[in-house]
Amino acid sequence: MTVPLPGPRGRFGAYGGRYVPETLVPALEELEAAWLAAREDPAFRAELSDLLTRFAGRETPLGDARRMSADVGGCRVLLKREDLCHTGAHKVNNTLGQVLLARRMGKTRIIAETGAGQHGVATATAAALFGLPCDVFMGALDVERQALNVFRMQLLGARVIPVESGSRTLKDAMNEALRDWVTNVRDTHYIIGSVAGPHPYPALVRDFQSVIGAEARAQCLALAGRLPDAVVACVGGGSNAMGIFSAFLEEPAVKLVAVEAAGHGLASGRHGASLAKGTPGVLHGSRSYVLQDEHGQIREAHSISAGLDYPGVGPELAHLKDTGRLTLMQATDAEALEALQYLARMEGIIPALETAHAVAAAREVARALGPDGLLVVNVSGRGDKDVEQVRRALAAQAPPPRKPARRSRAGAAQRRKGGSR
Amino acid sequence: MRAVKRRTMATPDAAPGPLAGDRIAAAFARCRARGEAALVTYVMGGDPDLATSKAMALACVEGGADLLELGVPFSDPMADGPTIQHAAERALAAGTTPDGVLEVAAAVRARSDVPIALMGYLNPILARGVERFADGCARAGVDAVIIPDLLPEEAGDVAPVLASRGVRTVFLLAPTSDAARVEAAARAATGFLYFVSVTGVTGARTAVAAEIGPTVAAIREKSPVPVVIGFGVSSPAQARALGALADGVVVGSAIVQRIAEGGTRKARAERVARFVRSLKRALRR
Ligand SMILES: Cc1ncc(COP(=O)(O)O)c(C=O)c1O
Repeated sequence: MTVPLPGPRGRFGAYGGRYVPETLVPALEELEAAWLAAREDPAFRAELSDLLTRFAGRETPLGDARRMSADVGGCRVLLKREDLCHTGAHKVNNTLGQVLLARRMGKTRIIAETGAGQHGVATATAAALFGLPCDVFMGALDVERQALNVFRMQLLGARVIPVESGSRTLKDAMNEALRDWVTNVRDTHYIIGSVAGPHPYPALVRDFQSVIGAEARAQCLALAGRLPDAVVACVGGGSNAMGIFSAFLEEPAVKLVAVEAAGHGLASGRHGASLAKGTPGVLHGSRSYVLQDEHGQIREAHSISAGLDYPGVGPELAHLKDTGRLTLMQATDAEALEALQYLARMEGIIPALETAHAVAAAREVARALGPDGLLVVNVSGRGDKDVEQVRRALAAQAPPPRKPARRSRAGAAQRRKGGSR
Repeated sequence: MRAVKRRTMATPDAAPGPLAGDRIAAAFARCRARGEAALVTYVMGGDPDLATSKAMALACVEGGADLLELGVPFSDPMADGPTIQHAAERALAAGTTPDGVLEVAAAVRARSDVPIALMGYLNPILARGVERFADGCARAGVDAVIIPDLLPEEAGDVAPVLASRGVRTVFLLAPTSDAARVEAAARAATGFLYFVSVTGVTGARTAVAAEIGPTVAAIREKSPVPVVIGFGVSSPAQARALGALADGVVVGSAIVQRIAEGGTRKARAERVARFVRSLKRALRR
């Protein structure tokens, strides 16, 4: 935890800050104080480190993607395997840290918002570990498309509350979580799942996720003897990206590639590319790039992956974009779907749909770097949660069977070919 | 003691300076002289359409409201409960913009000297540009703006711009605010201070905690401007009880609910005016 802290009142350049109802201010101040004290407290650091090792399974490996390297023209591609974390994504790094903070502050109830359900599962897991009751707000649309994770949260003893307002996705879940927090702020800690929200969340969540970057940097040096030419990560709110980027911010030779969801394509207006296509605004407590109309109403984002289906982005990423430190890329729904299958077949890893966006972009970056290149890709999560959705999406993509009645061998082969595309 | 009645929309040149035409102070002074708390009523601009919300605002005035709050709808109202969320959804579905709400304000101003405060979230104001928004407020005869997601310490880019057009920024305090925050809000306060009666979001409630009395008294002691209590007030009896503690009482969701009950514009206006009259009666001694 050696990342620099943001400026006064949680500013990253012109972004960040604290735009919340007055009711929440004391809780945010208490949280900031608890976090600043905890990060200097050897006992806290030892406890968190122990949990990350013995419970979450860190450190996660950094390993060669050999067949992918050969396929993209020889660039060495290293995968940072956050998918191997307990619960299946990087999200648990943050929820373990925040549950420890909640306990330190004497809070007796945990709430969270979730999109893909990964953060919800990671929160429910950490809450179960410490015996704290946990309510997770989830957009009703996401409840449908991430049914497996809903059930996982319930198995872990959490209550999943479907949110029917607005676009029924992550942004609405976050509104509802904030409303719950405003109402129950005295005994409840709100575990925000990304580097978004009011100060201190963007800095605090990055702090807990920076373990990804610290490990990846050391592992890359050990494995390849040098720093990578580029680091690629997908960006929803930006927590896995800031987690891994944090170790390379001060290394100008290392390109930081942030991959956003292009949904149906940037030109379609149906995407989640807040950095590429958003404008500065205030959403969910901080100033950053947001997708909005000319009147400042927040637009609905779109992505095949619930975790990237968000019209905002963390303020630090907004600042890094403005300073030119980020390389922005996007992947469409179709490209992500393709990349998910690609990584599965080439490397034996089924990534989360979110992660698949990073994989799609990584192939392009690796080709451009060429045989001398060295690339690190953050595999933020595994795809188990997505298999049902992917199966349906692929079935929809496949050409419709011509004559369902006829069942010749050739016809079956064709269907199989079409179905697996 | 009454400021000149503006029958036409003021031009930017004629926009009041920081101290001119203080309709807010005058309204509270009038109530104080009568020994009663001011009645502040909330209507969402554009709910369910501009013309109806204009009629509802005027019905509030007719019913005896001392100060009018006009909501500016936002897609992501994090401090609002379901009643006002739905009102915002209806207003946005009808295509309501901040300009539309300013039209409603100007229409009220053409007929009345009642102080008008817009209540809306920060992002639509930023999207419009604070200066253009402030000009629009001044032109429409808006006296103050209440921004529930703008804290005094974050208001440096907004409040001075509004003030330069004679528009006051109203800050909020909550049951969780400690003495230091009360003092900071009191230092920054213009127009009035808005005490949120409950730890929670907007919405009509059957009971508001009685123990806020000492908190409100402490705030009034520090505050250079009147202090109103809002969030959760739903009945004349509640208004009366809270009116005894503060300079004013805000009623929002309970009015929005009565508008949402439907009927002709006239029927809704009569229902709202009747309810506002009953609130006003309860606040009189
Ligand atoms: C596996 C995975 N990757 C990435 C994300 C996107 O979040 P962030 O940008 O905060 O890493 C999510 C969010 O649900 C996720 O589950």
